[in-house]
Amino acid sequence: MSLWEFANPVKFIRLSGRLLPWVSGLTVICLAVGLIWGLFFTPEEARQGHIAKIIYIHVPLAMMAINAWGMMFVTSLIWLIRRHHVSVLAAKAAAPIGATFTLLAIITGAIWGAPTWGTPWVWDPRLTSFAVLLVFYFGYMALWAAIEDPDKAADLTSVLAMVGTVFAFLSRYAVNFWNQGLHQGASLSLDKEENVADVFYIPLLLSIAGFVLLFLALVLLRTQTEVRARRLRALMLREGANA
Amino acid sequence: MTRAVLMRELRLALRSGGGAGLGLVFFLIVILLIPFGVGPDETLLALIAPGTLWIAALLACLLSLDRIFQADYEDGTLDILTLSPMPLEGLVAIKGLAHWLTTGLPLVIAAPVLGLTLSLPAPAYGWLIASLLVGTPALSFLGTIGAALTVGVRRGGLLLSLLVLPLYIPTLIFGASVVTSAAEGQSVTTAFQLLGGITLFTLALAPFTAAATLRMQMR
Amino acid sequence: MSLTVNNLSCERGGRLILRDVSFSLQAGEIMVLRGPNGAGKSTLIRALCGFLRCDGEATLNAMPLRDRDAWQDQIAYAGHLDAIKPQLTVGENLSFWSALYGGSVDHAAEVFRLTEIWDRPANVCSAGQKRRLGLARLLVAERPLWLLDEPTVSLDADMTATVAGVIRDHAAAGGMVLAATHIDLGLTDTKQLDLLPVSADTPTNDPFLEGWT
Repeated sequence: MSLWEFANPVKFIRLSGRLLPWVSGLTVICLAVGLIWGLFFTPEEARQGHIAKIIYIHVPLAMMAINAWGMMFVTSLIWLIRRHHVSVLAAKAAAPIGATFTLLAIITGAIWGAPTWGTPWVWDPRLTSFAVLLVFYFGYMALWAAIEDPDKAADLTSVLAMVGTVFAFLSRYAVNFWNQGLHQGASLSLDKEENVADVFYIPLLLSIAGFVLLFLALVLLRTQTEVRARRLRALMLREGANA
Repeated sequence: MTRAVLMRELRLALRSGGGAGLGLVFFLIVILLIPFGVGPDETLLALIAPGTLWIAALLACLLSLDRIFQADYEDGTLDILTLSPMPLEGLVAIKGLAHWLTTGLPLVIAAPVLGLTLSLPAPAYGWLIASLLVGTPALSFLGTIGAALTVGVRRGGLLLSLLVLPLYIPTLIFGASVVTSAAEGQSVTTAFQLLGGITLFTLALAPFTAAATLRMQMR
Repeated sequence: MSLTVNNLSCERGGRLILRDVSFSLQAGEIMVLRGPNGAGKSTLIRALCGFLRCDGEATLNAMPLRDRDAWQDQIAYAGHLDAIKPQLTVGENLSFWSALYGGSVDHAAEVFRLTEIWDRPANVCSAGQKRRLGLARLLVAERPLWLLDEPTVSLDADMTATVAGVIRDHAAAGGMVLAATHIDLGLTDTKQLDLLPVSADTPTNDPFLEGWT
């Protein structure tokens, strides 16, 4: 049994239908435990006060904002190489989710930044890069929306995802060159835990897991919708030809 | 063969409806509008001149991108060009070059004059020309990718801008940084090298990407 | 020299347009493509230009269709669109194609009576004159396989006869011609390929239609 079998729409719908309740349930559990623990049962951060607790939302959102684009890159590449419809539809389905996460990451960052930096927005490399990422998401979605033929749209948006990835990376480093920023370093890395103390670390991991699962659940759901919309289109084409 | 294609592209751009020169006029108008927006204070204008000149040049470049493939796609020329002995990649490169010659190069020449009106500091002129000369080809070639992606879209000009402008960010950052550093009397070497690097990378990448995209469009 | 097409199937915009088309063509042969609107004549011609993504096999002089660039170097195509730049004169248009494809313009200009309108801007040419200019490219290109999609549209009777003659000459010189046309060109000894619209109920390999319960 090969992984590629799930590139078949029927198999995908069947499998994702079975997975979705479990993924959704786990999402609710992880998010509930992680966020309640993080927001209500962790000590106040010494300098920033309770506003710093937004970290349990902001950091996972920001991580998934980038990872969603990474997932779109991979699934678009799979479409270009192997022409699996479900793969590219998953990329299409992920784009609005990624864009929403990016926007929410920027908004939560502004809420955090307003009291701590004294301003909701600065042209800091990280913040700027997220604004750029948001524009890339918008461009990708606009291209999908502009093209009638779904296979052609899939081809073209996949090319855009490739080019966009390369230039998102270039922009990230160019932006570093342009301005050294205010933003603190990464809050979390797997090999060095020293950035964040243990009391904050475990609920943060839980809420990250929760947001990963939330993304997965939303992508599965939206991909199902896209697959069904494609089937509907195919059926209507067939009926239209008979009439 | 290469010469024939290039000459034809230039001829088409220069004849009526070709749109060469429009970019230049646009560049002029944008720069004219800046003092109206920010005030006639010379110190302020001198401060923002490098970035303003670069942004205006970039927008002027954008203006004529949708012409690169649109007409050829609509009148069937693209089909015939694809069947010709010239590889589609080469054709894209020539079209990118023609776009640069008719849009980018006039901007490079006009920029120092417009810099004068914005009180650009004296040491920056040489680097303004150099940075535009090195940077604008990247704008034209990235434009071929955007033009190829939107060639079948009716009224695709706006979409084209949305797709291409984010790709222009690295070029803009390094290009404007060269001029700003030069105006402040600082070293421009790193920024200039990075600008050149982005351009070379784009020149290598764009013809293949745009040609592959055009083949998808013809399906 | 030969063209062999085996079970070629093409899908466009989610619809199966061609299903299992097979035929072969030898040097010196002319094939007329017939069928009602929507039968896929233009699609077949564009597929043989190497523009489309199709299933099945096609070989041209032992060259598979998959080997796209080499395949395309043997094709001369005249489609619905004349590929003419209105801003250029007739002469400039044709000279460009000759510079690109490498053939000479004199013979083509003479056969299609372009010499008399040589310096006329293409935007003031009539539809028939534009079509003549578009067809003249076939003679400039010097390619073995001609793929023609309704070549005689907007031509008068005289010119239609000329086109038929040009097609006959090309075949006589050892070339191959595949032409979709509704009118009788008065060609003798032609092969004929009849295409019928693919029924919408035909099973496809579209994963969005098949295998659902």
